[in-house]
Amino acid sequence: MTAQTLPDIEALESDLTARIAAADDVPALEAERVAALGKKGSVSDLLKQLGGMTPDERKVMGPALNGLKARLNDAILARRALLDERELDRRLAEESVDVTLPVRAAPTEAGRIHPVSQVMDEITAIVADMGFAIAEGPDIETDHYNFTALNFREGHPAREMHDTFFFHPDETGERLLLRTHTSPVQIRAMETIAPPIRVAIPGRTYRCDSDQTHTPMFHQLEGLVLDEETHFGHLKWTLREFCRAFFEVPDVQMRFRPSYFPFTEPSMEVDIRYERVGDEFRLGQGDQWMEILGCGMVHPNVIRSGGLDPERIQGYAWGIGIDRLAMLKYGMPDLRAFFDADVRWLRHYGFRPLDVPSLLAGLTR
Amino acid sequence: MKTTLSWLKEHLDTGADLATVVDRLTMIGLEVEEVEDRARDFAPFRIARVISAEKHPNADRLRVCMVDPGDGNAVQVVCGAPNARTGMIGVFAPAGTHIPGTGIDLEKGVIRGVESNGMLLSERELGLSDDHEGIVDLPDDAPVGAAYADYAGLDDPVIDIAVTTNRSDAFGVSGIARDLAASGLGTVIDRSIEPVAGDGPCPVDVRLDLSDKASWCPAFALRLVRGVKNGPSPKWLQQKLLAIGLRPINALVDITNFVTMDRSRPLHVFDAAKVKGDLTVRPARNGEELLALDGKTYALDPQVCVIADDNGVESLAGIMGGEASGCDEATTDVLIESALWDPINIAQTGRRLAVVSDARHRFERGVDPAFTVPGVELATRLVMEICGGTPTDVVVAGEVPEPRTVIEFPLTEIRRLAGIDPSMAEVTGILQALGFTTRPHRTEGTITVQVPTWRPDVAIKADLVEEVVRIIGVDNVPEVPLRHIHGVAGPVLTTLQHRTRRAKRALATRGFVEAMIWSFIPHDHAVRFGGGDRALELANPIAADMSDMRPSLLPGLAAAAQRNADRGYPDLAMFEVGQVYAGVRPEDQSIAAAGVRQGTLGTTGGGRHWQSPATPVGVFDVKADALAVLDALGLAGNNIQVVNGAPDWFHPGRAGTIRQGPKTVLATFGEFHPRTLKALGVEGPLAGFEINLDAIPEPRAKATKTRKAIALSSLQPVRRDFAFVVGRDVTAETILRAARGADKKLIAGASVFDLFESDALGEDRKSVAIEVTLQPMETTLTDAEIEAVAGKVVAAVEKATGGTLRA
Repeated sequence: MTAQTLPDIEALESDLTARIAAADDVPALEAERVAALGKKGSVSDLLKQLGGMTPDERKVMGPALNGLKARLNDAILARRALLDERELDRRLAEESVDVTLPVRAAPTEAGRIHPVSQVMDEITAIVADMGFAIAEGPDIETDHYNFTALNFREGHPAREMHDTFFFHPDETGERLLLRTHTSPVQIRAMETIAPPIRVAIPGRTYRCDSDQTHTPMFHQLEGLVLDEETHFGHLKWTLREFCRAFFEVPDVQMRFRPSYFPFTEPSMEVDIRYERVGDEFRLGQGDQWMEILGCGMVHPNVIRSGGLDPERIQGYAWGIGIDRLAMLKYGMPDLRAFFDADVRWLRHYGFRPLDVPSLLAGLTR
Repeated sequence: MKTTLSWLKEHLDTGADLATVVDRLTMIGLEVEEVEDRARDFAPFRIARVISAEKHPNADRLRVCMVDPGDGNAVQVVCGAPNARTGMIGVFAPAGTHIPGTGIDLEKGVIRGVESNGMLLSERELGLSDDHEGIVDLPDDAPVGAAYADYAGLDDPVIDIAVTTNRSDAFGVSGIARDLAASGLGTVIDRSIEPVAGDGPCPVDVRLDLSDKASWCPAFALRLVRGVKNGPSPKWLQQKLLAIGLRPINALVDITNFVTMDRSRPLHVFDAAKVKGDLTVRPARNGEELLALDGKTYALDPQVCVIADDNGVESLAGIMGGEASGCDEATTDVLIESALWDPINIAQTGRRLAVVSDARHRFERGVDPAFTVPGVELATRLVMEICGGTPTDVVVAGEVPEPRTVIEFPLTEIRRLAGIDPSMAEVTGILQALGFTTRPHRTEGTITVQVPTWRPDVAIKADLVEEVVRIIGVDNVPEVPLRHIHGVAGPVLTTLQHRTRRAKRALATRGFVEAMIWSFIPHDHAVRFGGGDRALELANPIAADMSDMRPSLLPGLAAAAQRNADRGYPDLAMFEVGQVYAGVRPEDQSIAAAGVRQGTLGTTGGGRHWQSPATPVGVFDVKADALAVLDALGLAGNNIQVVNGAPDWFHPGRAGTIRQGPKTVLATFGEFHPRTLKALGVEGPLAGFEINLDAIPEPRAKATKTRKAIALSSLQPVRRDFAFVVGRDVTAETILRAARGADKKLIAGASVFDLFESDALGEDRKSVAIEVTLQPMETTLTDAEIEAVAGKVVAAVEKATGGTLRA
């Protein structure tokens, strides 16, 4: 081998380095690597020729070619790292999205609990704390449970004022009805629970009546306490505590007015103070009275109807409109909308499913 | 019950002002609903003369009036009344005043280019009547410049009291005064009535011909007054009646109305000239009719008590007189009737015939029997005073009852029921002021109380407690905390109550909104959902489409969904948890939880969205809902099976039933049958489910809350896929159950991951691909072991389904 045939390493290196630097993607770089350092690569070819060189030539060319190989390898690795980085940047840029695109709301956020259910749960939380259990009874009632056992005299105007829905008489002439109040459950409770009795009775009730504040179906809550000691002072305390807790105000100014219900004696109606500020109702104080419930000491005849001795057993009962409570607390203007199943109304006035009322952190959030 | 303040003060000597009286009335149980203080409301309204009334230059129907309100400073007013004319005298409201009848605050204005500085008022604008034909047209002698309220005698505040149904005595002004006096607000003015001596016997006799219905009319008093001169009542009487909303008719009629209101003693007057023969009180006969004073003709039957003469029926006893024998300006001889009627019969008759009258209102609540004859005497005095005439003796048929309710009243009852301890003197003072008589009982601390005849509502000790408490004042009863009867409160809800609440929350977390829908639905809807029995149909529904108690919640929800779609909200998920009725007995009522999904609101959301297409709701959405509720109620995997097929309101091939054991149906779900949708008038797509919460058994009581220990394997599970070609009617459940049962020890689960139907598989064949998970517990599975289990799976599925492993 002559000196002329010795490769020009510098020129080769400069050429290869330029090609590596010019490789614009991983396959091109790999092609350059193979072309230079692959089995048949240009640098590998030269290395193979080392064996045919004189020892002197080898002494010079050996380190020179190996140095070249090492430098090219480094250059390729460096270029590879750069290309990888560029490729990642490119991929990331490609993968980017517009995060302002809307997502589907979770069903939990879309669902709503009806205000009446929510208020029933609020009431349950309060009365449970006062030691009341929840009792219920049927919507379809007999005249006995709805009226007679509750001391409504046959033909008495109080009976007529109830605007009762009746069913057709059966073959015996008995005419069933839709309960006009939850009070029949007082009798059913007395028949099944031995005193002391402390029950709250929520439920659907019905009267043949319809306007902005009356619907043919509505919800009532009845409270009943029967034992050997409960008197009117306890009733007053219970109702104040109830109203205070329910309306979530520090104090409620209340007024008890003597009134008349066949099934209580003495009977009272209860007004609470309120004021109207703009469209808002503020309950508990103010310059006006609003009637919210009826109550009284259970009439001896009713206690007797329930199979108990009124000389020994005494107590109170109170009844309140659940829908009305909801209207007062949450401000719905029209009772009829409660039963119209308009999703716009239900979404607006409804409650989120996870807002389960409890006394732990206040009834409402 | 309305009265005026001055009327009240005719019976009550008191210096109390209006506000005090009103407040006290409410606090003793005579709730004041409204006070019309016209002296205040009408203060700015003056009597004014219309100096001139010219046609409005720009409007044919309007007039431009110059009005002199009495101070000589004429004011220009634009008036639209047809009767506005020069020289008339009317009622003027200056700009800046509030018009009570319309609720408008009057402002100065320009009407069609002409300035208007007030208004000439109509009766309607004054709130006196509905008359707005023209403005108030006063007589020429009306004092211009005077306050209209003074002139018209409307300056007396009107108090409207909501008298409770038990207090018949408070339907008279005298009774209201008595209550006020008892509460310490003044003293009662004695207005007892001296009888008027009669001049000879009453020529008309009264016969009570009631046989077994004698209770309908215990007593009937009658007197003739001859030679009366009937005509308009004196001003004081007219003003009294007008103030409380009664229109004056003539003196004789007005007197009966006055006594009704003053003493809660309804009376009737017959024109004696129109009465033939004697009067008989008897049941009406079938076919008899009466043209009553309200101008309506009532068809009568033997359940109606009437007063008849030889001409036939003359009066609906205790409710309303007849037109034929009524008094008018020509009446010269008048028969005054004061009778007692059976409250129940009056109530029933009044209700059946739908007649409302002040007399009925009082008789059905029970009037004071002791005032029967004094009622005639009071009316006689008024007739003689106003109309002159000579009275005969009073004839009384029957016997005026003397009710004597006596109650032994231990004062401890007041403490027992009301928690207060008033003194003996205080209690007897109150009761006596209310007209009760009290005397000491042989037992210390007990009194014997006799109830006055005008208080039929008082019969027992508790009634007396109420009398004492309401007069002392309920505000004076101290509040006492209810005794705390438990340490930490136990559960207060029954299982069903708890499940009802939980089901609601579970559904709401799935995106459903809760509705509350009427318990009554249209008859044809009820029929379509398995109901519609006559026993569950209301006899008096409030509307024809609210007639039948619902057998299911679904028809109401479906109809509600359509209403929302009609409003432009077609994608919704709505549920209700509430009562359904299989029969009329209490045990036939149960609680259902039902929901419907409409449009595209499936389990993954509704409406078009950039990530996924809007697909119509379907059977699998509602299946998932039903299972989720059951899961929330603690029934997950608890021997629950889902089978194809559901009640016929669902699509026959896209609906299912969820059962527990072979018999108990817990729920049904599916897409609705097109015929159901058509019948309900609902456009699909609509799918729904209904769960019977009552059918879910009580959870078994457990001795411990400890959960079973969990065995966690350290070995990797192995998953193998299989595809089976089976008949189209083979259920996925059959395949999965067979696969799971192939090796109960190793197989931890099996699920369907692909479903494929094609004619290439053969007619009515489908391919179901399942993934089976093997969970070794002790040693890693060898290939041979895995193959062995796979073979068992294939064999089990092929055996159960008659299918084959897909090649």
